Amino acid sequence: MIEPKVYREMGLNDVEYAQVMKILGRHPNYTEVGMYAVMWSEHCGYKYSRPVLKLFPTTGPRVLQGPGENAGAVDVGDGMAVVMKIESHNHPSAVEPYEGAATGVGGIVRDIFTMGARPMAALNSLRFGELSDARTRYLFDRAVSGIAGYGNCIGVPSVAGEVYFDDSYEGNPLINAMCLGLVKSDKIARSSASGVGNPVMYVGAKTGRDGIHGATFASVELSDESEERRSPTQVGDPFTEKLLIEATLEALNTGHIVGIQDMGAAGLTCSTTEMAAKGDSGMEVDISLVPRREEGMTPYEVMLSESQERMLLVAAKGHENEVKGIFEKWGLNAVVIGRLTDDGIVRIYDNGELAAEVPAKSLAEDTPVYHMDARIPDYIAQVRRFDKDELPQIEDFEPILELLLRRHNIASKEYIYRQYDHMAQINTVVLPGSDAAVLRLKGTGRGLAVTVDCNSRYCYLDPYIGSAIAVAEAARNVVCSGAEPAAVTDCLNFGNPEKPEIFWQFRQAVEGISAACRAFGVPVISGNVSFYNESQGIAIYPTPAIGVLGVIENIERRCTSFFKNDDDAVVLLGFNGPGLDGSEYLKAAHGRVAGCPSLDLDKEKRLQACCLEAIRSGLLASAHDIAEGGLAVALAESCFNTEGSHGVSVEISSDGLRQDDALFGEAQSRILVSLDPSKLDSLIKLAAEHDVPLMVIGAVGGSNLIIDLDGSKIIDLKIEKIESAWRGSIEEALA
Amino acid sequence: MKFGVVIFPGSNCDCDCRRVVEQVMEQPVDLIWHEADSVDGYDCIILPGGFSYGNYLRAGAIASHSPVMGAVKKAAADGKLVMGICNGFQVLAEAGLLPGVLQRNKNLRFICKFLHLKVEHNKSAFTNACSPGQVLRIPIAHDEGKYYVDTKVLAEMEAKGQVLFRYCDAGGTVSAEANPNGSLGNIAGICNRKGNVMGMMPYPERSAEEILTSADGRLIFESMLRHLRQVWK
Repeated sequence: MIEPKVYREMGLNDVEYAQVMKILGRHPNYTEVGMYAVMWSEHCGYKYSRPVLKLFPTTGPRVLQGPGENAGAVDVGDGMAVVMKIESHNHPSAVEPYEGAATGVGGIVRDIFTMGARPMAALNSLRFGELSDARTRYLFDRAVSGIAGYGNCIGVPSVAGEVYFDDSYEGNPLINAMCLGLVKSDKIARSSASGVGNPVMYVGAKTGRDGIHGATFASVELSDESEERRSPTQVGDPFTEKLLIEATLEALNTGHIVGIQDMGAAGLTCSTTEMAAKGDSGMEVDISLVPRREEGMTPYEVMLSESQERMLLVAAKGHENEVKGIFEKWGLNAVVIGRLTDDGIVRIYDNGELAAEVPAKSLAEDTPVYHMDARIPDYIAQVRRFDKDELPQIEDFEPILELLLRRHNIASKEYIYRQYDHMAQINTVVLPGSDAAVLRLKGTGRGLAVTVDCNSRYCYLDPYIGSAIAVAEAARNVVCSGAEPAAVTDCLNFGNPEKPEIFWQFRQAVEGISAACRAFGVPVISGNVSFYNESQGIAIYPTPAIGVLGVIENIERRCTSFFKNDDDAVVLLGFNGPGLDGSEYLKAAHGRVAGCPSLDLDKEKRLQACCLEAIRSGLLASAHDIAEGGLAVALAESCFNTEGSHGVSVEISSDGLRQDDALFGEAQSRILVSLDPSKLDSLIKLAAEHDVPLMVIGAVGGSNLIIDLDGSKIIDLKIEKIESAWRGSIEEALA
Repeated sequence: MKFGVVIFPGSNCDCDCRRVVEQVMEQPVDLIWHEADSVDGYDCIILPGGFSYGNYLRAGAIASHSPVMGAVKKAAADGKLVMGICNGFQVLAEAGLLPGVLQRNKNLRFICKFLHLKVEHNKSAFTNACSPGQVLRIPIAHDEGKYYVDTKVLAEMEAKGQVLFRYCDAGGTVSAEANPNGSLGNIAGICNRKGNVMGMMPYPERSAEEILTSADGRLIFESMLRHLRQVWK
């Protein structure tokens, strides 16, 4: 009999404990309580989020694997599939940023090669407090080093990402790691264990005491005690991961592996029960055979360890030695620890003695599901009370533009991506810094564009619209690179879902993502939910990071955001409108986070279709999404080309908007493009066909950024000067 | 001309090198496992970039003791071409096949970026397809690329033309600003006295196709082919 104090500390409530007793027909032992607690935690069991996640559209002609496996997969043509997923590693990174971020990369990469795919690119979505805070600087710098240290070592290029700095993340930074891999469509591996008598093999690194109850740790809020709970953080060994990538892909290639799953959250508990449950099988394993790096580990510790770089696989009977031989060639452990049975029960033995006996599906599938209360938070009414006419008028716009370009949310992220090997595997044909990374698919003439995006300030002001904008903007970034959006993966970072206000944010966000995905015809194929992102009781901004994969049919027709040629025409494609709500300008110049952003999905869809066709027809020299900082910042960013910067001169009118709105407003559904003037007529015709407005606003040329607003030259800045401020801003903050 | 690309545990760029040799240069190429005790039959051995043995201890230190390195030393002594790229350069330095050491970058961070290299001279097996002083655009991606060697050896190397590449700006000026990692004399690539073993930190295979924004790295592979075909000198 287990004391209530014990199971409660592990994360089970009284009702759940009673349910475990009902399933087992007896009291669970200590090991079993640990197993149920971790599998029924929100992190593994999605007990709060599952009913809401059903709203996502998850099917489509390209989808080969939707949510439910280690990662999702889509057909990208020529018999090839891209496997993709994003995952959070927030709480470990708040305590130990280097290892937390590093093992975040390791975990997501394992999810990809477990599917039989060679990991071809990594991305990350990061959130920190403001860099003026010393601890934030430490967290940021160490997390970036951790991502670099791990990703560089395993030879997977980190090709794109995003980072935002805001006070709401000060106590609870976000580290979301995303990965994609390439596999032949008919070679996708899965995690279902079937075939009575088939051997269950443990491969990879040895098991230690690190990370015990990491999943449970991820399912509570951070507090001062978290600092003392270092045991839940894991330590990564990228070298072993690299060997594991090669050995696993080689072993899968033999065709003798029936099912495979990585040991991530909840380690052996999760992999044994999930694999057995998926294959309608049972499993018997003897954990005394598990390679250990520490002595005297109890069954509880072995089953709950989250030691990194380990996998569980089921081989075809009679082929275990061949599989073992491959892992041993790569210097890795490979041990048969058990067999599959047909009774649906997972039996854990420790040196022959029964240590746990649980129905696989009761842990893996029959997670308690809670339908939580949702209530609109009080702050929403406050932030909506926003009258932009009350804002003081700005007389001098140049300092504002310079201020915005230096804002860490807008400034160049070069300091970060310089530390990542973003060229390994020689596929990266558009390097970091443009709207999306572009990867070639060798030998096909096609390519991929990939990005991750989320403006969480918009999501705070309106989780539904903000989340729809996150999808729209990520898709727009991919379109600006010449790709058709094909699939979404999402990492939903929120506060404590047991609070109705947080649950409301979460539900609104999922509804907004779903609406946008349906409108664009892009399915959600994988993702992750991270709750309890609070510190001292204050939640982070709702942050649904949206990863979008796009397919480029002809890699020669890819596009970047940079102006290329003097005298090219500069065109604003899309729908002008008010956009001060939630803007970076509003926060930077007026210290306010207020209003409500807006998005018209139909207009957005037309704009993206128009831009994509223009790029595919070879009309455009550059295309850049207009986002944080509005048109003025977008113009500057298009000038800053590492292969040779350009100047630009434009004339615009505020046309019923405030002047600051015309310059810095963040109205959605706008793309800044440049093109040879001889192609202008074709673009005008194309835009008319798509019913998309278009304004020719100026030309590329000179060495300054010149903006003429309502007939007066209000901005005239040397590119050299503003570019170096923009490039150096983050590094300066750290110096 | 037959190429062999060695795979150490932790090599990452073996397949990139193979692709360039096979698809771009259209030459036969094999991958060679680190436990091989012979590399006979190859005209050129490439030690690729990556993190052999996780770069634990020191970059390249453990790999330099791999069984295959005995065979590589023999090939070097026999006058076969040996090229080490990035981690491969570190392995060659650790193995004593090239003078000097590679230390952590001056800023103590990994640096990945395109930059410019000045070709010191074209009288070598690795640069004969270039013109003297030619500026190549080739990327680096390393944590430990700061080249160091003592003054006496450096003077000898300079005298013998063993310095092949220096970091420079787009105009070809070798300056402190153009030095990404604090390398002595902006050194990016060197060869041994005999001229058949070369190590460079930048990645020529990452810039051997126009689609990768530079095809300059091809010149290094072309130089080796010209050397093997004895079409220069």
